[in-house]
Amino acid sequence: MWAVVTSFKPPSAVNNGATFIPWVQYKPTLNGWKDILGISGYANLIPPLINSVIITFFATLISLILGCMAAYGLSRFAYGWKYYKNPDIIFFFISQRIMPPAVLAIPFFLLLKALHLLDTRLGLVLVLTSGLMPIVVWLLVDFFNQIPREIDEMAMLEGCNPFEAFRRTILPLSKPGLTVAGMFAIIFGWNDLFYALVLTFTNVITLPVAVVALNGTVTPFWTLSASAIFAILPLVGLAFVVERFLSKGGFAGAVR
Amino acid sequence: MDLLELFDEGFTVSLRLNNLSVLQGEDVILQDISYNFVPGKIYMLIGRTTSGKTSLMRAIAGLLPLTDGEITFDEKNLDSLPIWKRDIAMVYQQFINYPNRTVLGNVVFPLRRAGLSKDEAKQKALAIIEKVGLSEFLDRKPSQLSGGQQQRVAIARSLVRNTSILLLDEPLMNLDYKLREQLREEFRELFTTTKKSITIYATTEPSEALLLGDELLVMHEGKVIQSGIPVEVYENPNSIQVAQIVNDPPMTILPAVIKNGEVSVGKVLKFNSPNHLKSQSDGSYQIGIRANEVILGGSGANSEDGIVSLVEVSGSETLIYVDVPVGEVVLQLEGIHDYAIGQKITVTINPERIFLFDMAGALCAAPGN
Repeated sequence: MWAVVTSFKPPSAVNNGATFIPWVQYKPTLNGWKDILGISGYANLIPPLINSVIITFFATLISLILGCMAAYGLSRFAYGWKYYKNPDIIFFFISQRIMPPAVLAIPFFLLLKALHLLDTRLGLVLVLTSGLMPIVVWLLVDFFNQIPREIDEMAMLEGCNPFEAFRRTILPLSKPGLTVAGMFAIIFGWNDLFYALVLTFTNVITLPVAVVALNGTVTPFWTLSASAIFAILPLVGLAFVVERFLSKGGFAGAVR
Repeated sequence: MDLLELFDEGFTVSLRLNNLSVLQGEDVILQDISYNFVPGKIYMLIGRTTSGKTSLMRAIAGLLPLTDGEITFDEKNLDSLPIWKRDIAMVYQQFINYPNRTVLGNVVFPLRRAGLSKDEAKQKALAIIEKVGLSEFLDRKPSQLSGGQQQRVAIARSLVRNTSILLLDEPLMNLDYKLREQLREEFRELFTTTKKSITIYATTEPSEALLLGDELLVMHEGKVIQSGIPVEVYENPNSIQVAQIVNDPPMTILPAVIKNGEVSVGKVLKFNSPNHLKSQSDGSYQIGIRANEVILGGSGANSEDGIVSLVEVSGSETLIYVDVPVGEVVLQLEGIHDYAIGQKITVTINPERIFLFDMAGALCAAPGN
């Protein structure tokens, strides 16, 4: 709230002691917003926004597509090598997240350099996907485990091969799970600062990087507030949309 | 013409199990099962829970890998066929339907997978839905149906493809008493449409097996321990185990001794050998009496006093468990009766209705019909 209010303040309302109520205590202006939207020529957050949207979208999409297949396999089939069985594999997946990204930054940097993908959207999408996959797989395995196996068996008895059974019966049932996993992936992807900072420079600047860059320069509070709001607004909007999906119940009636 | 029929008889397709075994680690799930199923008959699998009925069905469907033995259908080995290419339909004990599809969608799905056009599939589906009595609920999702209706959808789905093998795994298990009776009646009608398929039906209820079955397979601990025409199995159980499984409530089993043409059960009960036991040699035996053939009251040498230990009312029958000095006698009475636990009552055994087993549990003599 403070940030929202501050983003509309003129300099006097910030510098001369605490004020809160617009119109009563001060006259709201759009200067902060003009600064970040490139209207006043101070900074333009629109290109970073587009970068962020594209990168997050594709990273989420790829990790969902690959993740749901990996998760389905882990949920339905037994894999293993000696004592290491499915739960260990799943833990191995999620254990990727234990490592601080700083550890991986240099290997990723060298890898992307070798592939000539530094400072490109594709490079960042690939790196983010590797970070999002564990979360997606971990969430979806649990979700698939809740869907009765008998449904896949039934589908197979009725003429579906395992892939069709997955696509025609399990995926449609998994909308809530996919939504949750996708939401998590979007949040993590959207807010990623570190990789974007290390692996992209001038061509591809994402929104978090741009916001932080504003922070580092001498930027007035109202502009900073506006940029912060600007960066979280898309996610807030998305949350409202997603909420409708989620409330629509799971697989009641599959099994009694 | 006759020759042609004979020819058909000799070469009908059949589902054959050869020395089927399934092991899971140390656990024996199915053990050395061989059987020949022919189309047009309803085979009842009866056995307690965990006796391997479901496992046997899953093995036939290909959902459970075989450890040993083979399954052939129409002289072709089924093992090499993946699940989705076997011509099999299955109804589960739980009501499994696709929760995201409507009733119509659920029934149409398998037909569409089988390659029928949209219109054809819909027509066929509508016909079978009408048969199971769900025409009013075409557009409902399974979650909006009652348990019985959900199971009807599952049954419609399994019948609609006209598969050559139809597996029903305790389809009435999770339904209430009244609904079970009603659906059981309907099954007789529905199964007339499956004349060309091999129907295998698992149940724990003897009454269901006797009513619906053409052939009965009694399962125990992963083995088929007796098979045959249901009534014959019921009249001549080859062991105590079979007798316990095909009788509900279970048979009362008491130790007995035959000596000089006289049967004595414990210290009090004593009677002359009835006709069907005349030829038995002297020695120790076990006798079995069906719960509905134990007589309440009486005062002869074949009567004994006991104490009521438990009273159960199920449906329109009353079960009374009576502790007598030699063991426990289960007594089934028509109608609802009120007996207090601890009450003293007399039970009488009708010598003509005794099953005789040796000490190992194998049948020595049955009372006949």
